[in-house]
Amino acid sequence: MHIVVVGLSHKTAPVEIREKLAVPESRLGEALTRLCAYQGIKEGILLSTCNRVEVYAVVEDLEAGYSRIQEFLADAHLSVASEQLTPHLYWQTGDRAITHLFRVACSLDSMVVGESQILGQVKDAFETALTHKTTGLILNKVVKKAISVAKRVRTDTRIAETAVSVSYAAVELAKKIFSDLRDKTVLLVGAGEMAKLAARHFMAAGVRHVLVTTRTPQHAVVLADRFNGTAVPFEQFREEMATADIVLVSTGAAHYLVGSDDVQRAVKQRMNRPMFLIDISVPRNIDPAVRHVDNAFLFDIDDLKFRVEQNRGERLQEAERAEHMVIEEVAAVRQWLQSLEVTPTIVALRGRVEDIKRAEVEKALARLGHLPPQERALVEAMASSIVNKLIHNTMVTLKSEVTTADGAAFVEAARRFFNLGEAGPIRDEIEIDESTTRTSVNKPG
Amino acid sequence: MAAVFFMVTMALYFAATVSFLALLLRRADALSTFALTITAVGFATHTVALVMRMLTGPGASTPSIHEALSFFSWMLILVFLAVEFRHRLHVLGSFIVPLALVSLVSAAALPETVPTLQPVFRTLWVHVTLSMLGTVGFAVAFVAGVMYLIQDGLLKSKRFNVLYSKLPALDFLDDLNQQSIVLGFPLLTLGIITGAISAEFARGTYVNWNPEQTWALVTWLFYFCVLVGRLTVGWRAKRAAYLTIIGFAGVVLTLVGVALKSFGSVS
Repeated sequence: MHIVVVGLSHKTAPVEIREKLAVPESRLGEALTRLCAYQGIKEGILLSTCNRVEVYAVVEDLEAGYSRIQEFLADAHLSVASEQLTPHLYWQTGDRAITHLFRVACSLDSMVVGESQILGQVKDAFETALTHKTTGLILNKVVKKAISVAKRVRTDTRIAETAVSVSYAAVELAKKIFSDLRDKTVLLVGAGEMAKLAARHFMAAGVRHVLVTTRTPQHAVVLADRFNGTAVPFEQFREEMATADIVLVSTGAAHYLVGSDDVQRAVKQRMNRPMFLIDISVPRNIDPAVRHVDNAFLFDIDDLKFRVEQNRGERLQEAERAEHMVIEEVAAVRQWLQSLEVTPTIVALRGRVEDIKRAEVEKALARLGHLPPQERALVEAMASSIVNKLIHNTMVTLKSEVTTADGAAFVEAARRFFNLGEAGPIRDEIEIDESTTRTSVNKPG
Repeated sequence: MAAVFFMVTMALYFAATVSFLALLLRRADALSTFALTITAVGFATHTVALVMRMLTGPGASTPSIHEALSFFSWMLILVFLAVEFRHRLHVLGSFIVPLALVSLVSAAALPETVPTLQPVFRTLWVHVTLSMLGTVGFAVAFVAGVMYLIQDGLLKSKRFNVLYSKLPALDFLDDLNQQSIVLGFPLLTLGIITGAISAEFARGTYVNWNPEQTWALVTWLFYFCVLVGRLTVGWRAKRAAYLTIIGFAGVVLTLVGVALKSFGSVS
């Protein structure tokens, strides 16, 4: 039994590859089911964001598990062959896999160290997995732990305070195009988290006019209210683009929403006043050919990354502290995971019943006074026979079930029934909010 | 005495140019303070040189191209210091100070006085001053245009280097470009009108279509189109940057023509 991670991120793969592998939210469930249908994959969780596509799983056989997950990832897109992915993928197991998950959740592996979206994305991925029942004992514990570590890092270090997010990088860039943002208009297309965050940053920087458009008109109205802006019908936003100085696009659409011609026309209508377009969507929603339009400045998520990587210095110190916390917590999880191994459990179980037997036999013999050796032996034999019969089935079951999907659960159960103790710190876990878990279970589809 | 101050100014501008060019490549607060300081000192010695020349020099005779270029250089530095004072825009120095140095060196290479062939009129001084002020406007527009194109290129190619961080926002540069032309154009127009009037007094004809006059008129017409295009059909941003660079080439050609003529008239 191995806990593994196979995936790719902004550090190993360009957006062209990531956007192909990205699994849209609506198809996450189906993908998870497909993942867990592979033989030998017992638990699975899929984390698909703009910056990474990763599968965390519990597999029976390490090598087979790796290659199946790679197959699974390649299956996401027709034009991607499994071998093509190899240079972009990373494979980790054991402590390294757990460390990776913790670092991701703590935003230590993010494009902008310390950004806050990733924690929400990890939670969402976990909830989806819970809904589709693709996680089991091990991943549930490990992912919950990852979330609690991430929360601890956010409260105990300044990593989040000093962090500049990708969305803030957009504001920085805008200031190199517009010297004064106060009289500028932002058009927000789609309701992606990053785009909303960027819009908020723009407002903090002085922007007062916000236009909002989403595919669902009601949603746009709600968002417009929140930003004190105006909702624009989705069908018309291309025409409205000329009134916007800054266009923020982040939708779940799988194709280009804004083409070169749209931008060309808008720039013309604006009498060549510069336009700043930010495409935070993966797959991208603005045709990259827009780069060639004069006086239009298009930045996609990878470009923003460039900018933010330069301003890291101060944050890295805080990140250092967070790394130490991650190491501590990984050690705690390792302890717990080891407790799930079958052999030590059987040894512990034997030891435990042996202790009980000895104590009880001694107590009984003391009361009985001096017994002849023959009778003494009989009492001892009876005690041994009782405890052995009592635990016999437990041991057989443990040995046989350990190779099945629920193996770890059996080990955990045995440990609890016989009070065999386990890694202490894992107990006082934060829980994934009960309420959110419940709603996600009820969520249709 | 004026010549000494002139030489000192040239040395200071040279040192400032070297420092400002180095600042394009690296971030160094100490260096930028140094560059600014010597530019300001250079401006002071330059002012002294100009004033002394005005008081003691051949003030009554025809203004020479030497004086015109020296005045042009002085005005450029004045504009730079004014913008720097208002917007803290050190990087502008990296573009304007070299230009000022070039024009000062050209001034040094050219004859200081022009033998007067015709009766001298005060209007000629007005003509030269106004034309040079107009030229300063175009020079600043040119510099803004160059900076615009660099920043535009850096943004388009996503090269966030030291220069990127130093250059101001695109719309600031575009505004600077526009304001410079809006100010420079009427000044040059007045300069040309007073020039024509002087010529009428001196030679009895407003224009005699010699090459530099023709060039000046072509340049004027060009800037007229640039200005009208900007205000009506949106020739701003990148296009304006290109146009003002081309226009300034016309200005330089005119000045070269005048300078060559001054050589001719000396020999």
